[in-house]
Amino acid sequence: MSSEQDLGAAVLRSDRFRLEREADWIRLEAIVTRMEKGKARRLSDEDVLALPTLYRTLLSSLSIARENSLDAGLIDYLEGLALRSYFLVYGTQTSFARWLGSFFGGGWSRAVRAIQLDIWIALFVMIAGAAIGYILVAGNSDWFYALVPGDFSDVRVPGASEEALRGTLFGGQKGDGLGVFAAFLFSNNAQVAILAFALGFAFAIPSILLLIHNMALLGAMLWVFAQRGLTVDFVGWLSIHGTTELFAILLAGAAGIHVGRSIAFPGARSHLKAASDAGKRAALVMAGVIIMLICAGLLEGFARQLIDNTAGRFGVGGGMLLLWLIYFIGFGRDRRRPGA
Amino acid sequence: MSDSRAVEPWIRRSANPKLDRILVTPEGVPLNVTVAAAGARVGALLLDIVIIIGLILLVTLIGAALLWAFGLAFDGAPESASGPLQFLAVLWIIAVFLFRNAYFLYFELGDRAATWGKRAVGIRVAARDGGRLTAEAVIARNIVRDIELFLPLIFLTSGEASGTMTDLTAVAGFLWVLMFLLFPLFNRDRLRGGDVIAGTWVIQNVKKNLGNIVAPAAAASGTEGAAPSARYQFSDEDLAVYGEYELQTLENVLRSDQDEALQKVAASICQKIGWEPGSGDERAFLEAYYTALRARLERSMRFGKRRKDKHSAPE
Repeated sequence: MSSEQDLGAAVLRSDRFRLEREADWIRLEAIVTRMEKGKARRLSDEDVLALPTLYRTLLSSLSIARENSLDAGLIDYLEGLALRSYFLVYGTQTSFARWLGSFFGGGWSRAVRAIQLDIWIALFVMIAGAAIGYILVAGNSDWFYALVPGDFSDVRVPGASEEALRGTLFGGQKGDGLGVFAAFLFSNNAQVAILAFALGFAFAIPSILLLIHNMALLGAMLWVFAQRGLTVDFVGWLSIHGTTELFAILLAGAAGIHVGRSIAFPGARSHLKAASDAGKRAALVMAGVIIMLICAGLLEGFARQLIDNTAGRFGVGGGMLLLWLIYFIGFGRDRRRPGA
Repeated sequence: MSDSRAVEPWIRRSANPKLDRILVTPEGVPLNVTVAAAGARVGALLLDIVIIIGLILLVTLIGAALLWAFGLAFDGAPESASGPLQFLAVLWIIAVFLFRNAYFLYFELGDRAATWGKRAVGIRVAARDGGRLTAEAVIARNIVRDIELFLPLIFLTSGEASGTMTDLTAVAGFLWVLMFLLFPLFNRDRLRGGDVIAGTWVIQNVKKNLGNIVAPAAAASGTEGAAPSARYQFSDEDLAVYGEYELQTLENVLRSDQDEALQKVAASICQKIGWEPGSGDERAFLEAYYTALRARLERSMRFGKRRKDKHSAPE
C-alpha cells in the first residue's frame, strides 16, 4: 500500500500527523547517521543546508506529538533523533585548524590578559619562592640538599669549585643526544605545568606550593653559583630557555590560581558555573603554555648547548621574552572593538 | 538543564530515575537525557587505557623493528646507527606524550564527542548548559584528567620501581587516586573533576528506530470494509476502564507481537469489559481496541485532559 493510501486510511489523527511528516524525519535520520559515522564530507550540499531546517521541524513535530499523540514508540523515536541532531547542529563546529587560527589570532592573548590578576599573584609567589630558596641556603647550606633532589645536583652543590660549576654552564656542545634531551625536557616540563594548573582545582593552594617549591630550588641553585661569582653566567645559562619556560610555568600557575580562586570565591554565580567559566578561560591559556614549553624545550636542548657565551644567551632569552610580551600585551586587541 | 519538579507527562522515567535529567535546547524545547552511569564511565575509561597502551606498544614495536632493520643495514656498527636511534627516541617520546594527551582531545572534539571507549559503551560528552560543546571545554576537561589519573599512576609505578616509595607516600598516592576516582559518585550528575572545570557532563546516547504504525490493520479498516477489525465496535463504557499507562502496555504488546502475550492481554481485556473472549482473532481484536482507546484518550488530551492510568479518574 502506498503512503498516500495510508494517509487516507489512517483512523487516528495522530497517525495521519506521523505519516505526513515521516519522510522528513527519515531524511534527517539518514543525514545524522552519516555525519555520526564521520562521513560528513560526503553529504551533498542540499543535505548540509537542510540539516538545521529539518532539525527545527523535528523539534516542532516533537512538541506537537507530545501534546497530541499517545504513541509512545513514536515519541521515543522523535526524542532520540532530536537529541542526536541537536548534538550535530550545536556540536563542536570549529574544525581543529580553524580553532587553531582563532587561537593564535588573538584568542590566546585575550585569555592571558583576562587572568592578569592571577598572573601578578603567581609572579609574586614565584619571586618569593626564589628568594626563600636563596635565603634558606645562604643561612644554612644544608637546606640545599633538602630542596634539590639528589640526581639533579651532580657537581652543582654548595662548596663546588668555580671550574666545576663553569663546566656545567659552558662547553656542553657535544651535539649528540640533543634532540632526545629536548623532547624529554618538553615532556617533563609539560607535566609540571599541567600539574601546576590542574592542582588549582583544590582552591589554588597546591598550585602556589608547587610554584614556591620549584622556584626555591632555583633560588638555592642561584646561591651556589653566586658563591663563586658566576651569577651573571648562571642567569644567562638559565635565561636562554628560562624566559620562555618560566613564563610558561608562570602562566600555568596563574591559570591554576584563576580556577581555584573562582571556586573559592564564585561571586554572584554558582560554584559550578564559576568553575566552568574560569576553567574554559584557563584551558586556552594552558593550550598556549604547552606551545611555549615546546619552544622552551627546543631552546634548552639545542640553542643552549650551541650558543656557548653569556651575551648570546642573554640575547636569545631576552628576545624571546620580548616576543611573548608583545604578543600577550598587544595582540588581538583590535578584533574586539568591531565586535563590541 | 533545570530539574523541573512539576511532573510533565512527557518526562521519561528510565530504569534509574536518579540519572534522568532535562536538557533545554536553545530553541526552548526540553529533551530527556540520561546521565551516564558510573559503571559505563569506568568501562569506557578502561577500554581507552587499554587502547592507549596498545597504541604505545605498537609504536614501540614499530620503532624496534625499524631499529633492527637499521642494525642490519649498517651491519651492527653502533656509531653509524646513533643518528637514526636518536631520531627514533625523539619520535617515541613525542608519540607517547601525544597518545596520553591528544587521544582524548582528538576524539572528543569530533562529531560524536566520544573516544572509542565511550562509543563502545554508548556515551558521549556534552555541555551542561545545553549550549555548544566548545574546544576550550574539551581541553579543560582533559587537562585535569592528567592529575586525576596519569600522574598518580606514574607516581605509584615509578616509586615502586625505583624503590623510593615509603609506605606513607604509597598510601597518600593511593588516597589521591581514590579521591578523584570516586569524585563522580559524590555528585548527582556524575561529574568528575574535569567535568566541573569544563562545564561538561557525560550522557547516554539514544538510538531508537522508527517503528511501524502500531495498529495497521485497524487503520486500514477505514477504506476496506473487509478488514477483520471493523467487526468490533466499542461503547464508551468499554473504553473508559483504561488510561494512558494501559494504552502503552498494549502498544508494547502489539509491537512485540508475541502470540502468547496477545492471548493473555486479549483475555484480560475481555474480562474487564465483560466480553466473551474469542480465539484465533486476538491481534485484530487488540488492534481495534487499541485504536479506539487511543482515539478516545487523544481526543480528551486535545482538550487538555489526561488520564494517567486506570486508577485515575476518567475524564
